Amino acid sequence: MADQKIAAYVCQGCGLGERLDTKALAQIAKTDGKAHLIREHEFLCNADGVATIQKDIDEGVTHIAIAACSRRSKTEAFYFPTVAMSRANLREGVIWVRPEGDEHQETTQEMAQDYVRMACAEAKKLVQPMGNTDVACDATVLVVGGGITGMTAALEASKTGYKVILVEKAAQLGGWAGKLWKRVPFKEPFADPADTGVEAMITAIAADGNIKVYLNATIAKTDGAPGRFMIDIATESGSVAQEHVGSIVQASGFTLYDMNKLPELGGGKSPHVVDQAGLEALAKAANGGAIKRADGSAVNTVVFVQCAGQRDDTGKHLSYCSGTCCNTSIKQAMYFKDQNPDVDTVVIFDDLRTPGNGEDFYRSAQKKGVTFTKGKVSSVEANGSGLKVVFNDLILGDQNATIENADLVVLATGQVPNSGVNIDPSKLEEETESVAEFKQISILNLSYRQGPDVPQLKQGFVDSHFICFPYESRRTGIYPAGPVRRPMDIAQATEDATGATMKAIQAIENAAVGRAAHPRSGDLSFPIVRIEGCTQCKRCTVECPFGAIDEDEKRYPVFNESRCRRCGTCMGACPVRVISFENYSVDSVGSQIKAVDMPDEFQEKPRILILACENDAYPALDMAGMNHNNYSAYVRIIPVRCLGSVNLIWVTDALNSGYDGVMMMGCKHGDNYQCHFVKGSEIASQRLSKVDETLKSLNLEPERVQNFEVAITDIERVPQLINDYAAKIQEIGMSPFKF
Amino acid sequence: MSDLNTQAVAKYRNNFLKEVEACVEEGDWVKMCMQCGVCSGSCPFGPHWDHPPQELFMMIRAGKREEVLTSSSMWMCTSCYNCIVRCPREIPITHIMHGLANYAHRLGLAPKNQPTRHFSGLFWNNIIKTGRVNELKLSLGLYFRDGLVSGIKVGMAMASVGIGMVLAKRLNPIELIKPHGCKDTKGIHAMLKKAREIEDRRKGLTAA
Amino acid sequence: MATKEYAFYPGCSSQPGASASNYLTSVNSMCKTLDIKLTEIPDWNCCGASIGYAEGGELPRHAMNARNLAMAERELPGQKVVATCAACWLSARETKERLDHNSTMRADANEALKEAGLEYQGKAEVMHMVEVLIEDFGYDELKKHVVKPLEGIKFAGYVGCQTNRPFGIDGESFENPVYLDKLVETMGGEAVAYDQKVTCCGGALAFSEPEKSQKQIKDIVESAYDHGAEMIVTPCPLCQANVEIYQGAVNKRYGTKFNIPVLYYSQLMTLAYGGSAKEAGLDGHIIKAPKLEAFAAKK
Repeated sequence: MADQKIAAYVCQGCGLGERLDTKALAQIAKTDGKAHLIREHEFLCNADGVATIQKDIDEGVTHIAIAACSRRSKTEAFYFPTVAMSRANLREGVIWVRPEGDEHQETTQEMAQDYVRMACAEAKKLVQPMGNTDVACDATVLVVGGGITGMTAALEASKTGYKVILVEKAAQLGGWAGKLWKRVPFKEPFADPADTGVEAMITAIAADGNIKVYLNATIAKTDGAPGRFMIDIATESGSVAQEHVGSIVQASGFTLYDMNKLPELGGGKSPHVVDQAGLEALAKAANGGAIKRADGSAVNTVVFVQCAGQRDDTGKHLSYCSGTCCNTSIKQAMYFKDQNPDVDTVVIFDDLRTPGNGEDFYRSAQKKGVTFTKGKVSSVEANGSGLKVVFNDLILGDQNATIENADLVVLATGQVPNSGVNIDPSKLEEETESVAEFKQISILNLSYRQGPDVPQLKQGFVDSHFICFPYESRRTGIYPAGPVRRPMDIAQATEDATGATMKAIQAIENAAVGRAAHPRSGDLSFPIVRIEGCTQCKRCTVECPFGAIDEDEKRYPVFNESRCRRCGTCMGACPVRVISFENYSVDSVGSQIKAVDMPDEFQEKPRILILACENDAYPALDMAGMNHNNYSAYVRIIPVRCLGSVNLIWVTDALNSGYDGVMMMGCKHGDNYQCHFVKGSEIASQRLSKVDETLKSLNLEPERVQNFEVAITDIERVPQLINDYAAKIQEIGMSPFKF
Repeated sequence: MSDLNTQAVAKYRNNFLKEVEACVEEGDWVKMCMQCGVCSGSCPFGPHWDHPPQELFMMIRAGKREEVLTSSSMWMCTSCYNCIVRCPREIPITHIMHGLANYAHRLGLAPKNQPTRHFSGLFWNNIIKTGRVNELKLSLGLYFRDGLVSGIKVGMAMASVGIGMVLAKRLNPIELIKPHGCKDTKGIHAMLKKAREIEDRRKGLTAA
Repeated sequence: MATKEYAFYPGCSSQPGASASNYLTSVNSMCKTLDIKLTEIPDWNCCGASIGYAEGGELPRHAMNARNLAMAERELPGQKVVATCAACWLSARETKERLDHNSTMRADANEALKEAGLEYQGKAEVMHMVEVLIEDFGYDELKKHVVKPLEGIKFAGYVGCQTNRPFGIDGESFENPVYLDKLVETMGGEAVAYDQKVTCCGGALAFSEPEKSQKQIKDIVESAYDHGAEMIVTPCPLCQANVEIYQGAVNKRYGTKFNIPVLYYSQLMTLAYGGSAKEAGLDGHIIKAPKLEAFAAKK
């Protein structure tokens, strides 16, 4: 670091020059910030300002601190990829959130001065990352599962010019769709069942030189990282083939909920009670003729029971709606009506849910004479050679409405994902009890330290960031698509497969240049561990939300940079602080905390540290500034990559150095989490629960450290939170740790 | 059971929906109802229906023939057309209600003393006589439906209205003796006879 | 030569001495100002109204309406059929719609019409008088003839059902049609906002189900009062009759003291166009409108 040359720039534009004493700020950069070069500029982001900076860089400046607007603004103007850069947020973070007027001037100016100190301190600790050197590029996509989703993914990847390995456990491609007689229509006029298109896809795949297909095959082992996965494929013959791929699309599909668990609805009790797969088999056997029962007898009346074993609030069956079965029953009723309009087809539903263009399809079925009855079926029993269906008619209020003479009953059971083994065995047990029997057989057999499959969220469906990043799983480079992600139909699965394929291609390309995937897209930094200081505590390997860190035989962490999303959760976890990034470290944040000028107790000017998530909380704070929503001048805000990256040493240091309070602002966690790194904010709040002890040992009030969930839309709420907290700190009184 | 009714039952056996589709005005829309209940909630006389339209449709599909045709429900229709314009399925509900009432009436299953049934008959017979409404005879007919004594009572109760109308020149006592009317009543009568004949043939309402 | 000519279908209630005879009086006065020539369809017959359904059935009702349309086509070729009564207009339009879109029904109707020596060809367009005013004239044109604006008088525009649903006036919403308010305002009056603008008055069931219908009438009148209306104005003879005539009965049943005049839009227009109380048919009301009578007397 001997040849560090730091330059600080103070901008006077956007009202900064009028509201602040920029000369004083420049002076601070020199005296406290120890910058070697200081410039004031009337409009720093204009061509002249940018040229000035660039000229300085060309003449040997290595680190720059820009005291102007938020780091989220003017990113194109202030783009200097060859040097380390920090930003002091004087616009959104100071003048726009502070009222004008002489009585506020002193505290506002102090705020700005501290941000200049912090920016200079941070800049010194940064190294411009040069990229992960552990790169590889196997430009092949592995697709696991040969149903509609998998076949679509394979064809789409091939069309884009990538090689594909397609692995299917059955003897032929097609999956669930291959078992269908017809599919729900996906084109105008959405009136009749349509050809599945499976045959055409199989033919296309056979003819595609980019796609290599393994049938009767499963994944025995998945090793490596994006760009360099090594896959062992176990085939029926017992031999194992090895393939090298860059990324994976997991299209392992679903299994129908087992109707044998529904004996009250006749499931498993009568050969004439079938699930939707059973009806498809009968329809395929009929091959366009009249659909017969298993015993070959004619069907005059068929009853479809919707929500069989679904939307169950007793905890016995699936609690969710699969969203596809209504359209499927409509389609299956049409199988009968189209062949013979005199067959009575009754669909007993509670809520008919027909997503997509299903409403047109529903109307078409009504026109064809399918009867739709709103009710809840209570029992299906044998009645002579037929079946007696008893239901609660919800429109007519008849608890014992009965269809005496059904020949066939179809139970619309739902989709259970083939998602493999969950990350947390204890959690899996709990859910298995309450819900369905999940496939305990691993799909991917990952050699990762955190488990053999992609982690699940709810009901066994693979965790994929529903709000921000669908297709993305918690294993970088592995993209679940289709019903393994959430219940869906063929049309949705096709779209899903296309999206996942794009992500898979992106992963290959990122891995090739050592770049992070979102949300820190393009970030070239990666975790660096000072292994000699490691105590083998395993916190980093356990807490990494993306399973990026394995362990070697001595239980030291082994980082797989291409799996890493650069959230810094490992850095936050490490008790001995040996993990860091070149451009983000315990030191780079810690030195900002320490750079703040701490007024003594008698000045009655509290200092509150805010550690704000850069994904939601920090933008919300910036937007509060844009809206000129004022907040206290006593706060000093530091953006963090994720609350998961917050190392408790920062909190302890802050309290020890006289801060009166610490606010942590992160994303919502839990089942409906909004954390961009899935687990970061949750882990942070768990860690924080241990801070109470620290506070106690320091003899401080628990309110001095508080955690808040903040969404990006909390533009009004965030200033309010700050002001309330500042008021509370005033109430508690100044910290005794000022010096 | 009327002959027509026996006939209808035999023809459609237990399939009431098919019978409605064939014999009731706009009846083939009944199957399109999706049970949302907007019609029931939109009807000005909604609370007075034993079975609001949504329920009637379900009952038809469930084959509850007797219950539907003897119901007083569809006789509650004021022809306001609220249900029609609000139905998300664009089902001509008002017309179906009229059709059901007409069918029940023709089969002789409609409730005997249903006042709207009575009034409708009175009205139609009133207009076809001369081709135009005779408002006075219509009112008197209404008052005297339950016999002379009751008729005088109702008539007395409504007397102020009647006198007011006469004074406002909006009810003309002369109408009793020299009513308005069309010239070609003969043509009208022949036309209506023919229309009825065709309709009965189409709807199977011709006694065998 | 008049500006515009129409085949006129006055309907039973507008005949001399019938319940809406004053409607006809005012329509004639209004048309005189606007230079509209109305020629009655020769020997027109009753539309069957909606209540005719139970006894009349489907085809006989359509036959009745088809007869009027066929007569207009034959006797007044090229002229649009104009009705002033909501039920007449609705029935005629319903028949036209059905016959124009259902060939069986059309053939059946024509088979019946043949007995009366007529044939329906579907040539004549059917309009309500309000449509004529709005579509063939327009508010600006209507305003030009105003000589005595109805300044300072507050009206509740009561659209009701059958001029509003299921066909309605082009471009208007079923839930909140504004044409009547606009007509009132065009005549210089004030249209109050109230929430029973399209509530059903009970229609024909005012006769057969008086209790239930009077509840409807009460709601309508009450809301008009509550929102500051001095008078109610409507385009429908049955609405007019029910809401005016039954106020006494409603008062008796509910202990209210309703006494609000109920007028036709054509009466307001006649007055605003400088017509006399007699020309506007103000003498045809059970609940008199003294304010309008005074207005009419004013030079």
